[in-house]
Amino acid sequence: MSLEMLLLLGSPLAGGAVLALVGHRRYAPELNVAFSTFTLLAAAGLVTRIIADGPVTDLDEQFFVDSLNVFLVALTAFVATTTAIFSRPYMRIERDHGRVSAAGMRLYHSMYQMFSFAMLLVLTTNNLGVMWVAMEAATLTTVLLVALYRTHASLEAAWKYFILCGVGIAQALFGTILVYFAAEKVLGAGAGTLLWTHLDAVKDQLEPTVISIAFVFLLIGYGTKVGLVPLHNWLPDAHAEGPTPVSAVLSGLLLNVALYALVRCKIITDGALERPFASALLMGFGLASVVVGALFLSRQRDIKRMFAYSSIEHMGLVTFAFGMGGPVASFAGLLHMTMHSLTKSAIFFAVGHAAQKAGTQAMDDIRGLIRVNPTVGWGLMLGTVAILGMPPFGVFASEFLILTTAMAHQPWATPILLLSLGIAFASIFGKVQPMVFGDTTAKRLPHSPALIPVFTHLALVLALGLYMPPYLADWYRMAARLIG
Amino acid sequence: MLAQALTKYGPQLINLFAAALLLLSFAMLAQRRILSLINLFAAQGFVLFLSTMLVAWLTGQHHLYGSAALTLALKVIALPWILHRLIRRLNVKWDVETLINIPTTMLVGIVLVILAFNLALPITMLAGTVTRATLGIALACVLLSFLMMITRSKAVPQVIGFLSMENGLFFAATGAVYGMPMVIEFGVALDVLVGALILGIFIFEIRERFDTVDTRHLERLKERP
Repeated sequence: MSLEMLLLLGSPLAGGAVLALVGHRRYAPELNVAFSTFTLLAAAGLVTRIIADGPVTDLDEQFFVDSLNVFLVALTAFVATTTAIFSRPYMRIERDHGRVSAAGMRLYHSMYQMFSFAMLLVLTTNNLGVMWVAMEAATLTTVLLVALYRTHASLEAAWKYFILCGVGIAQALFGTILVYFAAEKVLGAGAGTLLWTHLDAVKDQLEPTVISIAFVFLLIGYGTKVGLVPLHNWLPDAHAEGPTPVSAVLSGLLLNVALYALVRCKIITDGALERPFASALLMGFGLASVVVGALFLSRQRDIKRMFAYSSIEHMGLVTFAFGMGGPVASFAGLLHMTMHSLTKSAIFFAVGHAAQKAGTQAMDDIRGLIRVNPTVGWGLMLGTVAILGMPPFGVFASEFLILTTAMAHQPWATPILLLSLGIAFASIFGKVQPMVFGDTTAKRLPHSPALIPVFTHLALVLALGLYMPPYLADWYRMAARLIG
Repeated sequence: MLAQALTKYGPQLINLFAAALLLLSFAMLAQRRILSLINLFAAQGFVLFLSTMLVAWLTGQHHLYGSAALTLALKVIALPWILHRLIRRLNVKWDVETLINIPTTMLVGIVLVILAFNLALPITMLAGTVTRATLGIALACVLLSFLMMITRSKAVPQVIGFLSMENGLFFAATGAVYGMPMVIEFGVALDVLVGALILGIFIFEIRERFDTVDTRHLERLKERP
C-alpha cells in the first residue's frame, strides 16, 4: 500500500481512535484540526501522484484512484479541514451555551474523524461491496452527530434519518448483490468480481436485464443519500437539527460522495445497456429534485432548513447534468459539485455564527447582522449571492454550462430549470436580505467566530469563476470523459 | 445414508426453508406481541442459518459455512438477546400497535409477494444455481419487512423490521450467488450490529425524553403550510 493512501485513510482512522480517548479535553478541537490537516496533506500527495502517473490501483487492486475520484478526495479532505477549523470556536461556543456536554464533545470529535474516514473509504475503494459498507458506516456516524444535542427535535431528525437511509441503503445492497450476480457469469465467483476496474473491463458482456434492475435498486439506495426527490425527507431535518459543522459536511461532502457512488454504477450500467436507461432515470430524478427543492424554499422559516432545500435543488441539478451525459454536461456537473460544496459549506459556516448570535435559527428573529458583525453579515450575503448563481462566482459558470447544454440536447427541460432557478433566487434572496440588513437583535459571542474558512471558500469560488487554470480544466475534462 | 438423502432432496429442502422464511415474515407482520415478535425474528435467523448450511454443503462453497456461523452468532443469539434485554430494561411488554389493521396489512403483503415474484422472474431465468427459485422469496421477505416498518408505530418493532430486512437480503445473496465475498459479509454484519446498538441507545433516549417509545410522537418536524 502506497504511503499516500496509508496516510489518507490512516490519519482519520487514528484520529477517530485518539479523539475517542481525549475528545473532551481543552485541546481536542486543535487535535481535530491537526488530524484533518494531515489527511489534507496526504490527499495533496495523492493528487500530485495521480497527475504524474495517471490512474493507480493499490493493495492488490482493493483501492483504485483515477481522475474522477481523486478530485473528490481532494475536495473532501479540504472541506473537512476547513470545517474542523470552523468547528473549533463554534463548538466551544455551543458548549459555553450549555448545548453540548463534555461527553458530547468527545463523541463529536471522534465521530467527525470516523465520518471523514468512511467518506474517503467510499471514494477510494475499488470494491462495490466495500463501498456499500463504508456508505452505511458514514450513515451511522452522521446519525450520532445529528443526535448530538439530544433534544426532542434532534432525536426525531436522527431517528428519521437512520430509518429512511437504512431502508434506502438496504435497497442499494440488493442492487449490489444483483451486480455481483451478473458479474459472476462473466468473471466467476470470488472476491475480485465486485472490483470496479474488473467490472468496467467487461461491462459490455454483463447481462442487460439484470443490470438494469440492479441500477434501479442502486439508484433508490444511493439516491436516498443524495437527497433526490421523492427520497429526500430526511435531509432538511438532519441538516436543521444537527450541529452546524455537521450540516456543512453533510451538504458539502456526504451528498457528493453518495452521488459519486451512483455515478460509478451509472458507468457500468451504460456499458451494459444499449439504450440510455440510466441517463433517463437520472435526468428524471434530477429534474424533480430541482423543481421540488426550489418550490419548498419559500415556505421555510428555519435558516438551515432553507439551505438544506437549496442543497436538494443543487444536487438535483448535478444529477440532471450527469444524466444528460456527454463531455460538456459531465464537465459542468463535476464543476457544479465542487462549487456547490465550497459555497454551501461557507454559507453554513456563516449561518452557524449568525444563528449563535441571534440565539435562534428562525429567520424572522435574525436581523441586522451587518451592524453587529459585518464579516458574518458579508459572509452570508456573498455566500448567498454565490449559491444563487450570480456572476462572477463559479456557480454561475457551472449553471450556465448546464443550462446551455440542456438547451442543445434536452430543450424541453430548459424552461423548467430556468423557472426553478428563478423561484429559488426570489425565495432565498428575499429572506436573506432582511437578515443581513435591518435592525439588529444580535448579541456578543464568548469566542470570536472563525471566518477564515468562509472567506477562503468564497475566494476560491470567485477565483474559479473568473479564471480556471488550464490544468484544472484538463483534469475536469478527463474526469468528465470517464463518466461519458 | 443421510448424505445421500440430503443430496437427493437438498434442492427441495432449500425451497422448504425458503417457504418457511416467507411464512415467518407473514407471521411477524401479523404478530401483535413484542416478545413473540423477537422470537419470530430469532426463528427466521435460525431458518436462514439452516438453509445457508445446506447450500454450503450442497455446493461445496466453504466460505458459506463462515457466513452461516455469522448468521447463527449474530441473528439467532446476539441480536435477539440484545432485544430481549432492551425490552426488559424498558420494562414494557405492551402489545404492538399497528397503524393499519392486520387483515389489511396481510392483503397488502400478498400483493407485495406477487410483485416480488414478477420482478425476480427475469433474473431467476438466468440463474444457474440450485437455489435460484428462492430469489423471488428473498425479495418478498425484504418487501414484507419494509411493510412492517411502515405499519408499526413503536420503535422496537421498527428495528426488528430493519433487521429482518437484512435477513431477506442475506437470503437473496445466498440464493442468487452462493453468498457475497466474505469480507463484504463481515462488513455488512458489523454495520448491522453497530446500527442495532445505536438504535437501542436511541430508544432509551427517546423514552427518557417522551416517556414512550411510540414514534408517532416523533412528528413535530414537518413542513408547515
